[in-house]
Amino acid sequence: MLDKIGIAKRIAREVRDGMYINLGIGIPTLVANYIPPSLNVVLQSENGLLGIGPFPKESEVDSDLINAGKQTITMVCGSALFNSAESFAMIRGGHVDVTILGAMEVSQDGDIANWKVPGKMVKGMGGAMDLVASAKNIIVAMQHCSKEGASKLLKECSLPITGIRCVKKIVSDLAVLDVLPQGGFKLIERAPGVSIEEIKNATQGELIIEGEIPEMIF
Amino acid sequence: MINKVVSGADQAVHDVTNNSTLMLGGFGVCGIPENCIQALLKKGVKGLTCISNNAGVDDFGIGLLLKTRQVRKMISSYVGENAEFERQLLSGELEVELIPQGTLAERIRAGGAGIPAFYTPAGVGTEVAEGKEVREYEGKLYLLEQWLKADFAIVKAWKGDTSGNLIYRGTARNFNPMMATAGKITIAEVEELLPAGELDPNHIHTPGIYVQRIFQGSNYEKRIEQRTIIKD
Repeated sequence: MLDKIGIAKRIAREVRDGMYINLGIGIPTLVANYIPPSLNVVLQSENGLLGIGPFPKESEVDSDLINAGKQTITMVCGSALFNSAESFAMIRGGHVDVTILGAMEVSQDGDIANWKVPGKMVKGMGGAMDLVASAKNIIVAMQHCSKEGASKLLKECSLPITGIRCVKKIVSDLAVLDVLPQGGFKLIERAPGVSIEEIKNATQGELIIEGEIPEMIF
Repeated sequence: MINKVVSGADQAVHDVTNNSTLMLGGFGVCGIPENCIQALLKKGVKGLTCISNNAGVDDFGIGLLLKTRQVRKMISSYVGENAEFERQLLSGELEVELIPQGTLAERIRAGGAGIPAFYTPAGVGTEVAEGKEVREYEGKLYLLEQWLKADFAIVKAWKGDTSGNLIYRGTARNFNPMMATAGKITIAEVEELLPAGELDPNHIHTPGIYVQRIFQGSNYEKRIEQRTIIKD
């Protein structure tokens, strides 16, 4: 079973040279720490920056420079700043190669729910609906089951959805799965020490298993 | 050369009345018009509709106007950092309309650009789509969304000149440039106000045509919500 860092490390392996990437809040933000330095990628922050760098040193903190999670950041060499309309133009226009974000539920058709739990405080969707409606490739970082053990990989989402038919790949604490265009979670890899049986039991939606399923390699 | 300079925040917001619709620039509390928010607080206008990506924090930004219950309605994309906001929302004192961030930005841009509506994929199949026209283009579904305009757009820039030209700094730019175009009256507060001619025309982000009033603000706190650092 993977911890949050394990999920982030595995997602980092999906990153290819030359990609423009939007990272959501939480585990996706951690992915930046595990992208091999040999790859040239650019991280987009939807408030208006291409080229997010590491967190600043105390002496470098700049209140005019934050990411979409409102954290202080730095800019890498070759960065560009722009307004929020332009930022979402590059997202909607399909110029961002991959969006990595968290989810509360994903359906076997690729629907994602991650913005609202009815009956609890509603904080808003931020940029999530724009991102999932537009990105060419959406990778979700999530826990396979709730704390109570209920599957979050479902036939249909039970929570209000953020976007339809958009998730392409899921990296959970138990497995890597592709969401097939015709529907269904296709098992690609198992987390270290996790059996196919455990993944079956944790997946309520249709699980497709073909041939040998390898353990993840880092 | 048209001179847009007013004496300060009080004069800039002098004709904001009860029940006005305001746009307030900023993302979180980055790039917010701190001086004008203070002036609105002092003025005590009530029943405001505030269009702003966020609602500030409890004791800073729009949070200050929420505390004094001057805001009737917030139109935002994310409002998660404010306990007083939550209380008023749950008790029904405050109305809130949540809009996907990119749709919010584009609706404001459209308002300033004279485009009454546009189609966007954001929110298709979700509760955001309820009651909206859906249309298919090249096999994909899109929602019809309408422009947003305001009685007053209140923005914050880094530098400005007496003609109202503006330059923003870092990610404090965010919603400010679009909002500047979408107000019947646009008020700009700047950290440094310069005589016309001192800013390089090649570097202007907001051309002065959009700005009716400008002043140099003071005592900027520029609070940081999430101070994340690595060790020196």
